[in-house]
Parts: sequence; structure tokens; C-alpha cells
Amino acid sequence: MKKRNFAVWIYFAFLLMPLYWMLNTSFKTNDEILSYLHWYPHNFTVQNYVQIFSSPFWRRGFLNSIAFVSLNVLIVIVAAVPAAYAFSRWHFRGDKHLFFWLLTNRMAPTAAFIVPFFALYSNIGLFDTHIAVALAHALFNLPLAIWILEGFMSGIPRQIDETAFVDGYSFPRFFTKIFFPLISQGIAVAAFFAFLFSWVELLLARTLTSTAAKPITVTLSRSLGAGGWDWGVLAAAGVLTMIPGALVVYFIRNLMAKGFAMGRV
Amino acid sequence: MKNRAWWFLIPSLAVMSLSAFIPLMTVINYAQYTVFPGSAPYFVGMENFVKVFQDPVFLGSLRRQVLFSLEILLIEIPLGLGIALALPKKGKWVGWSLVLLGVPLLIPWNVVGIIWRVFTRSDLGAVPEIFEWLGYASYNASANPGDAWWTVVTMDVWHWTPLVVLLCYAGIQAIPEEFYRAAKIDGASAWSRFRYVTLPKLKHALILAVLLRFMDSFKIYAEPFQLTGGGPGNATTFLSIYTSRKAIGGFNMGMGAAISIVYFFLVILLSWLLYTIMLNVGGGSSK
Repeated sequence: MKKRNFAVWIYFAFLLMPLYWMLNTSFKTNDEILSYLHWYPHNFTVQNYVQIFSSPFWRRGFLNSIAFVSLNVLIVIVAAVPAAYAFSRWHFRGDKHLFFWLLTNRMAPTAAFIVPFFALYSNIGLFDTHIAVALAHALFNLPLAIWILEGFMSGIPRQIDETAFVDGYSFPRFFTKIFFPLISQGIAVAAFFAFLFSWVELLLARTLTSTAAKPITVTLSRSLGAGGWDWGVLAAAGVLTMIPGALVVYFIRNLMAKGFAMGRV
Repeated sequence: MKNRAWWFLIPSLAVMSLSAFIPLMTVINYAQYTVFPGSAPYFVGMENFVKVFQDPVFLGSLRRQVLFSLEILLIEIPLGLGIALALPKKGKWVGWSLVLLGVPLLIPWNVVGIIWRVFTRSDLGAVPEIFEWLGYASYNASANPGDAWWTVVTMDVWHWTPLVVLLCYAGIQAIPEEFYRAAKIDGASAWSRFRYVTLPKLKHALILAVLLRFMDSFKIYAEPFQLTGGGPGNATTFLSIYTSRKAIGGFNMGMGAAISIVYFFLVILLSWLLYTIMLNVGGGSSK
């Protein structure tokens, strides 16, 4: 028992250490970062954070990220709910092939898609818009959402649908009044995963934006490449990008174990 | 009645045609041409594909990619399963452990790279200091290929083992307590309780973990790009880094497209192989 706990503590220490170092760096001045290796900031400063919040350049990055991530979650859920319903309730010609094809897109390496995405979205005038990134991220998020929701819906007995129709419910009324509340947890889990993979993705977001819709992840990447690296500001921005994710995990922590158990093969 | 299903699929198919189908067709089309910016493309048929397989940098990235995916699977799956087994099943720490495990998963991938860069750089990181203290003073992830490789592997273990833990933990929670009680009454040892009760019940969670980790590690881009930039030399150039280098920075889009297709079908083929093998291991009885 004791040995087991010890291993868990070591693992969590390993998990926390890089995060602590980032936090530590973000509260130091650049002078201190580059000239000494201090395990905690000796000249504690919030200047790095002030610099981010006062610069429209960084603020816009955050807003852009939030814009396309929300759009992506919306598109994915609106499209995935009816599709998952069709897959879980009806057999139709080619349903298995279609389902498999959808899943292959979850496997698709994003790097393989950057050339055509760029060409296609430039041609239809979507380049450098939030909707372009949101659509591109649907490549891997929509199949995953359909997969998760199909699992949840298959867990709900068909008799519920049939009883409702016998009782004279119309389809839309059945869906909103009876079915939707039953799968709301599944929708939360699917939305969580859509949020997760859209928020953390870099390659497509970078390819499809230049200035107007540039997300925070890209801003971070680019400022790293420029000369005269400001490590303190970079660390502070990195810390700030962790906050939305940490908040999401905190709010759905009770759903998490259940949601992962639902993921089927 | 039967056609009703298709009406429900229209929104998804519309989105997927814009985000998957049309792009894929475009890549297949491009791959048969030599496309230089500013001049008309000319048809070359299969030539691009032949060139891909003759390119030593491609073959090198492929070899590194396979090695990397195998290594992280060999580390992350047993480690994740072990941690999931060792975590308490209930109590006030469970919620917090789950939150903490979720944090690395929700950090933007390039920020993960930046975190590890800040952590391991020789002028501002803690890692070189720790290694020096341990007697390995020459650690340098940006100059020494071996150090760079293991730093990237460690970063991936840090980043993704929590996913394996969460999947296994959820699977363990779903096993009814009676199974263990019955096994105990039968006098089963701790090892055989694990081998004959836990492991078969976790089969699906483990398959999912292996498949997700395999597919995603095969696509890895932002983290090593940010940590090492694929270097030193090509020591940490994986397939995605190679492909995007050819697709964005390269001059021939047709070549980039051919690489993309080879890469795409390689992932699908390998995932399918892995899935089939795993289903057949242990009799494939629980499916």
C-alpha cells in the first residue's frame, strides 16, 4: 500500500515539475531568467502579465482562439447529434462503411491536409477567417463526436423512442423533450473533446490564418521565432493559455471518468 | 423510412465534404502533377510517389516515426495502467487527481513544446542543472541528438500518459466489486486477480488507449517542432514535420501532396493492423 502511494506521488511530481518551472519563469524578470538559475523568483514581478494584458496583439490572439473554438464546438455538436442518432437507431445501406470512413478522418495526419486546405479555403474566400479554422478542425472533431454520441445513444433503450411515438409525440417534440435530456451528458463529453482538440491544435490554425483570425497558439509560436526572445512574456502567455483548459477540466471533473468509460472501440 | 437516415446525415456530410472529402480529392489530384508556384502544373503521373520512396529524408523520418511511436507506447501504456491501478478508487483526492491529470491534455500542443523548451534549455532550464548535479554535465537537447530524442520522448510521456491513466481509471471504476470478492473467496492471488479479472475487463479501454496513442503519436507535430525544430540535424524530424516542411516551405506542391497521401494511407493501414492484432490477442473473446 505504502509503495503504491509513493509511486503515485513520484508520478504527480513529474507531472507538476515542468508546469512549476513555467510558472516560476513567468514571474521572473528576463535578467534573472537568463543569468541565474533560481528555483523561485527572487525579484518577483508581474510585469510579464501586465505586458500581455496591455497589448492588443496578445489580446486579439486570445479572442480569435475563443471565437473559432466556440464555432467549432457549435458546428460539431449540431452536425453530430442527428448523425449519431441515425447511426444508433437505423440500419441503412452502407452504414458500416460510412462510419468507418468517418473514423479514418480521425486518424488522418493533419499535416497531409494543409496543402489542400490552403488551396480550397483561399479559393472560396474563407482564408484567414474563424469559420475556416472551425471547419478544418471538424476534420477530426466531428468523427470523434459522432463516435462518442453514438455510444451514448446506443446505451439508451430503443423502447423509449417507440413508447414516445405511440404516445403521440411528434419527432421534434420527442427529440427536444425526452431524448435530449437523456443524452445531455454525452453532449457535454463530446463538446469537451471538440473544445480540447480545437484549442490545442496548431498546424491547421497556423496554415489557415495570417492576421485577422490569428489564434493565440500561433502568436506564441511566431513570437518565439522572432529575434530577441522575451522568455518571461512567453512563459506568462503559456501559463495564460492553460487557464481555459484547467477551468473546463475543473467543471467537468465528475463527468470525466464516466465519459471516458463510454468511449468504445 | 430507410431514407430518413440520410436526412439526418446531411449536416455531417456537408461539413465533412468541406473538411475532408474535397481536400483529399485535391491532394490526390495534385500528387500527379509537378506544381511550381507561378507556372502551369504539368502531369507526371506516379513519378512523385516514386520520388517519395527514394528520398532518404522521408525514409529516415519514417523510421524515426515508427521507432518513436513504439517507444512511447511501450512506456505510456504500462505506466498509465500502473498509475490507474494505484490511484485510490474513492475519496476527496480523486477529483483533484483527475483535474491534475487533465491539465497536460488541455495545454495547446505548441505550448507543451515551449514548456519543455523552457524546462530543458541549457541557459534557462532546470533539467540541465539537475543532470549536472547527477553527474551528466554535457546534457544539451539542442546540440546532442541523443539528448534531443529522449527529451522529446519524455515530453510525450509527460503530455499523454494522463490520457492512458484516465481511460484505464474509468475502465477500472466500471468493474463491479463483486468480481474481486468472488475471486478472493476462490483464493486467487493479487496477480491472478489482475490477470484474470482486471485485465480482460480493461481490454476495450486498453485497445482504445493504444489506438489513440498510436494514431496521435504518428501525427505529432507541434511539440517537437517547438522543442527542437526537428533537429539537431534531422534527429527529431518526424513525418509531420517533414511533410509540412515539404508542403509549405518546399517549392513543389505536387511532391508535398504525394507525401501527404503516402502518409495518410500509412496511418490508416497501421492503425487497422494494430486493431486487428489486438482484437485477436487473448482470443478476442470479449467483443
